This record gives sequence, C-alpha cells and structure tokens, in this order.
Amino acid sequence: MMNFEYTIEQKEIREMAMKFARNEMMTVATEFDLSGEFPKSLFEKAWSHGLINTCIPEEYGGVGFSAVDSVIISECLSYGCMGMNSSIMSNDLALLPIVIGGTHEQKEKFLRPFTESYKIASFCLTEPGNGSDAAGIKTTIKKDGDDFIVNGEKMWITNAGFADLFILYGTSDPSLKHKGITTIIIDPKTEGIVIGKSEKKMGHRCSDTRGITFNNVRVPKENIIGKVGDGWAIAMKTLDHSRPLVAASALGGAQCALDHSVNYAKERVQFNTAIANHQAIQFMISNMVIKVEASRLLVTKAAWLLDKGESNTKVASSAKAFAADACMEICTDAVQIYGGYGYSVEYPVEKLMRDAKLIQIYEGTSQIQRIVIAKEIFSRS
Amino acid sequence: MNIFVCIKQVPDTETKVTPNSDGTYIETSSIKWIMNPYDEYAVEQALLHKAANTGSTITVVRVGAVKDTEVLRTALAMGVDEAILVDAPDNLDSYQTAKAIKGAIEKSGKTADLILTGKQAIDDDCLQVPQLLAQLMELPSISVVVGFEGTGSDLTLRREVEGGAIEVYKTSGPCVVACNKGLNSPRYASLPGIMKAKKKPLAIHSLTDIGVNQDDVRVKYSNFVLPPEKPAGKKFEAMEEGQQAAVVAEVVGLLRTEAKVL
Ligand SMILES: Cc1cc2nc3c(=O)[nH]c(=O)nc-3n(C[C@H](O)[C@H](O)[C@H](O)COP(=O)(O)OP(=O)(O)OC[C@H]3O[C@@H](n4cnc5c(N)ncnc54)[C@H](O)[C@@H]3O)c2cc1C
Repeated sequence: MMNFEYTIEQKEIREMAMKFARNEMMTVATEFDLSGEFPKSLFEKAWSHGLINTCIPEEYGGVGFSAVDSVIISECLSYGCMGMNSSIMSNDLALLPIVIGGTHEQKEKFLRPFTESYKIASFCLTEPGNGSDAAGIKTTIKKDGDDFIVNGEKMWITNAGFADLFILYGTSDPSLKHKGITTIIIDPKTEGIVIGKSEKKMGHRCSDTRGITFNNVRVPKENIIGKVGDGWAIAMKTLDHSRPLVAASALGGAQCALDHSVNYAKERVQFNTAIANHQAIQFMISNMVIKVEASRLLVTKAAWLLDKGESNTKVASSAKAFAADACMEICTDAVQIYGGYGYSVEYPVEKLMRDAKLIQIYEGTSQIQRIVIAKEIFSRS
Repeated sequence: MNIFVCIKQVPDTETKVTPNSDGTYIETSSIKWIMNPYDEYAVEQALLHKAANTGSTITVVRVGAVKDTEVLRTALAMGVDEAILVDAPDNLDSYQTAKAIKGAIEKSGKTADLILTGKQAIDDDCLQVPQLLAQLMELPSISVVVGFEGTGSDLTLRREVEGGAIEVYKTSGPCVVACNKGLNSPRYASLPGIMKAKKKPLAIHSLTDIGVNQDDVRVKYSNFVLPPEKPAGKKFEAMEEGQQAAVVAEVVGLLRTEAKVL
C-alpha cells in the first residue's frame, strides 16, 4: 500500500533536529544576521550531534542517513535559520562529489576526517563570468607531470573563508564545454590560492561567501575525482542529491514563516477582532499551507526516488523550483500579515523574506530548474 | 554497576487536555508525548555516572501504554543501554506503578545498584512513586536531589529543602534517588544515537507478567472535568481628570463584594 508515514527513526530525527533548531539556532539567528559573524561554535555543536555531513556513508564514519532522512534534517535546520543552514549544507554539496565519484582511498582520506572533528568544505563551481551556464567555466586544470595546475577565479563560494577542503570544477579546455570538465579536491592552504573578502549580502548574512583566485595552484593527481573529463557527469549526479536538500531548506524557511504568521494573526487585533478572523488573512494563510504541503511532498518524493535508486532529476528540479518560489511567496506574505511590524528587524519575518530570495538563485536559479525540467520532457520523448 | 532509571511519558506541556468520555482520565488519542522533564535529569545523571564508572549498564523502565514507545527510544538514543516497557494503562495509580517497576527490575535478572527517577511527574504531580518504590524494594530513598557526586554506590547527595537550604546525605549502597531540576543539563539524543537505538534491546511485559493485579489497585479515578472557565475581566475607564477617585472606590467595592478578595 502507498505510505506517507515517516519511520519511527525519521520522526525522532525530526524531533531532535527541530529541538536543536528551536533552542540553539532560532534564539541567536537575528544576532548573527545583524553581526554577519560566522557561527562556528554553533556549527561545532550541530556537528557533535550528528546534524552536519549527512551525506557521508556509514562505512566512512557517517551516521548512515537515507536521502529522506537528510531532507528532514535540512528542513529542520533551515527552520532554525536559512542562512546558517546554507553553510551547513555547503559541506554536503562539496562532499557529495567524493561520495558519488570518489575511490575507496579518496573517501577514507577526505571524508573520514569530516566525521572525526568539525571541518568545513566549499563547493567551487560558479565563476564571475559563469553562473547558470556552468558548462562554460574557464578555470583551467592542466596536467603537469604527476600533478595538475589550477588557474582561474571562482565567485560566490560559500564557506570559502573557513574551509578545510575545496571541491573545484575546472576545464582542461574551455572550448570542449561539458566534455572538458574535471572535478578536483584542493587543500585551501595550497600555495597560489587567494581568498577574497567576505561579500556583504541581503540575506544569509552569517554564511560566509567569497571569491577565490587560483594562481598556478599545484594539486596531486590523486585528488582528481573519477577521470579527467568526468566532471560534468559527476556534477549532474551531485545535483540530483543536492537539489532535494536545497529544496528542503526552502521548505523549512516556508514552514517557519507560516508558523510565525499563524501565531501573529491570532494575537494581532484590528477592528476589535484578531486579524486571523479576517477572511483575507485566512486565505493568505491557507495559500501558505497549500504551498508548504505541496513543497513537502515534492521534496520527500525527490529524496525517496534517490533512496530507491531511481532517476529523480525531473522531480528534484521541480522540488527545488517549487519550494524556492513558494518560500519566497510565503515569506513575502508573512511580512504582509505582520504589517508594519513585519518590516521591522525587531520581528522575525523580514529576515525570512531576505533569506528566502537566495534559494531561488543558488544551486540553479528557478529559471534553470525549469530548463532542466523541460529538457527531461522534450529530450526524452 | 547496574543503574536503573524510571521514566514516565507525559503530555507535552503545551497540550490542551480534555477528559475522556467516561471521565476516568484524559483523552490520549491526539496527545504529543514527551519524557517527564524531571526524568530527563535522571537519565542524564545515569549517563554521567556510567561514564565515570566503567562497566556500568543503564536500563530504563517505563510503565505505560505500549503504543507510544517514543520516550524509551529517546532514552536509548541519549545513550541508555536497554529499555523495559511494562504495558499498562496510562492512569495506573502510584502504588501499582511502583510495584510494576519493582517487578520489571526483578524480571530483568539484575540487582539494582542505583535507581534514579524524577522527583515528580508533571502530569498528575503525585510525587509518590520514588518513595513507594524504595519502600517496596526496602531501599533508602532521597528526593529533590540537586547535587550528585561520588563513585559506585558511595554517593554524596544534596537535596533542596524549604527556604533554599540544602541537606547533604551520604550513601553506601543501593538507593532510590529522585532528581530535581538543576542537577545537570540533559543532553540531546544525538542523531547517531537515534540510528543506533533501534538495535538496542527493548523488553515488553504485561502487568500480569510481573505480578501486578486488581488487588493492587489503590486509587479509582472518576469525574475528570476541566476547571471552570474564568469569567472575563472587567475594564474600568479612568483616563479623565477627576474620574479616578470614583473608579477606585468602585473597584475596591467590587473586590469586596464580588471577588471577595478584600
Ligand atoms: C550567497 C550565495 C552563495 C552561493 N554559494 C555558492 C557556492 O557555494 N558554490 C558555487 O559554486 N556557487 C555558489 N553561488 C552561486 C550561484 O549558484 C549562482 O549565483 C547562480 O547559479 C546564478 O548564477 P549567476 O549569479 O551568475 O546568475 P546568471 O547566470 O547571470 O543569471 C542571471 C539571471 O538570468 C537567468 N538566466 C540565465 N540563463 C538563463 C537561460 N538560459 N534562460 C532563462 N534565464 C536564464 C537566471 O535565472 C537569472 O535570473 C552562490 C551564490 C550566492 C548569491
């Protein structure tokens, strides 16, 4: 029979992650948003409870979560703070290429340390001139004896200023487009790496975002994931795993905005009655509920397909596009329900509205998701 | 050493309770259950004591309805080794509960070197089980414990007494310790803990399995009703100059005649 019920463990995971989000994240989210400080000790605490690096398999020291488990955790942590969750998820985005395409030795060498102490990873794909058109990247990875030499510039790299490991996508020849792309693991302390200043952002302000310049950076050939030229295939598989996580983070933010809205609508009195009794407010909240429920179904299905070993590209992109757009709409309506108070930093919803915007942009914009979905439909029929 | 911890599953403090249809208890079908907060201190203390006394095992015992084992699983996920559930109605009286716990401990085949409980359950607030259990097991008991030091069964326990004073007790053998808020800060169930919990043993017994029967009933529950709703408050306007004296007189009058608090 069709079954929508979480397992007992999944209910417990949700409970625990929500407890952490409520007690440890929500209580300080505004403070970190205002200061822009990277909440490293909070992340250490989350790591010690097993909430970070959900993608690492059990045999390399991970907890052994399914994809559905992971999206539950992403949703809950994002409920606590979308910005903090960006930095938390960045580890998964960066480590997934190793999980998916790495050899046993690479997994032992690069994944296991992340299970032994809290470490930070960055996923370096985007460049100043290439965002959506990822296959057009210009950073080069060229063979030099037993090593590879990396040259180029990356942009908008989450966690860059704190990272212990970079995963970088580069090309042996930009004119080869998809076919020239290679994935490589880089130690951020390697000579020739210049990490830029922290970008001042609209939202996700405590999540560190920087540009990185690579000047003749020498990397041993053991750090190539798969073979030279495998990068695009690895990136596409990584996205199938990471998009549900990012979609789940939109869902968490949306649920948070919905919960705040319901509570506020019950308390705020105008025209001698709680604004929750005005039908216009009720309908706004009903629409939020519809979008949250639908997002959760899409997110869960995208992860469930992964756990079944089936192709999820279409559903994962649908989940990402729908949940991100829904989150933006819901957070905007939350500010509307709060009225003038919603516009004040003294209340939680203006931050939600600022944070929501990014989820429509990174990990493939809402437009790019629709291109992916259309390709799945038209190139497969 | 064998450490036992008694935990109760109670309705979340934010639950709106309603009486059940025959008025013998509350309606439990849609309740969100949590671990009794005082029991969390007991579990945490057991984990701390186990860490300091290698080779110890911790067994949690819960008496209650079988359908929700969440709280036992939470304890296992926090790091407890084994769990025992005695399947019983949620409104079992304190005497039966204590007898059931004793029976469950005996059935485990282990002799208890230390029994930890919360000082009270926040649902019925009876504050009876730890003392009854100690009596039945012929063990000393000490409640409202806020300080716990020592190794093995040689403990120095601090308990709160009225007026903020502290009594200090020394123990040198098995005893029942009922924990109070402030004793420690209970840890979260970690995610690896949650995933490992399903592999840990959970034994389930019925009340008859462990020798509790109808003769042990001490309390019959009836007539559960919600407290009467508070009448709406009264508002007095006294913003204008010269109004205040009259309004104050009126309020004082009403406090005397209506509210009868003066
Ligand atoms: C805070 C933050 C953190 C980030 N973290 C990371 C990270 O850790 N690692 C990383 O690699 N990247 C990261 N990014 C980069 C992010 O993934 C890119 O910004 C994103 O992919 C969009 O690329 P772009 O900014 O170059 O926009 P562009 O690609 O220039 O897009 C501009 C607009 O054009 C639209 N558009 C582009 N092409 C098409 C088309 N074919 N059809 C229709 N519309 C189109 C887009 O949807 C968008 O609306 C981050 C970005 C931000 C802001």
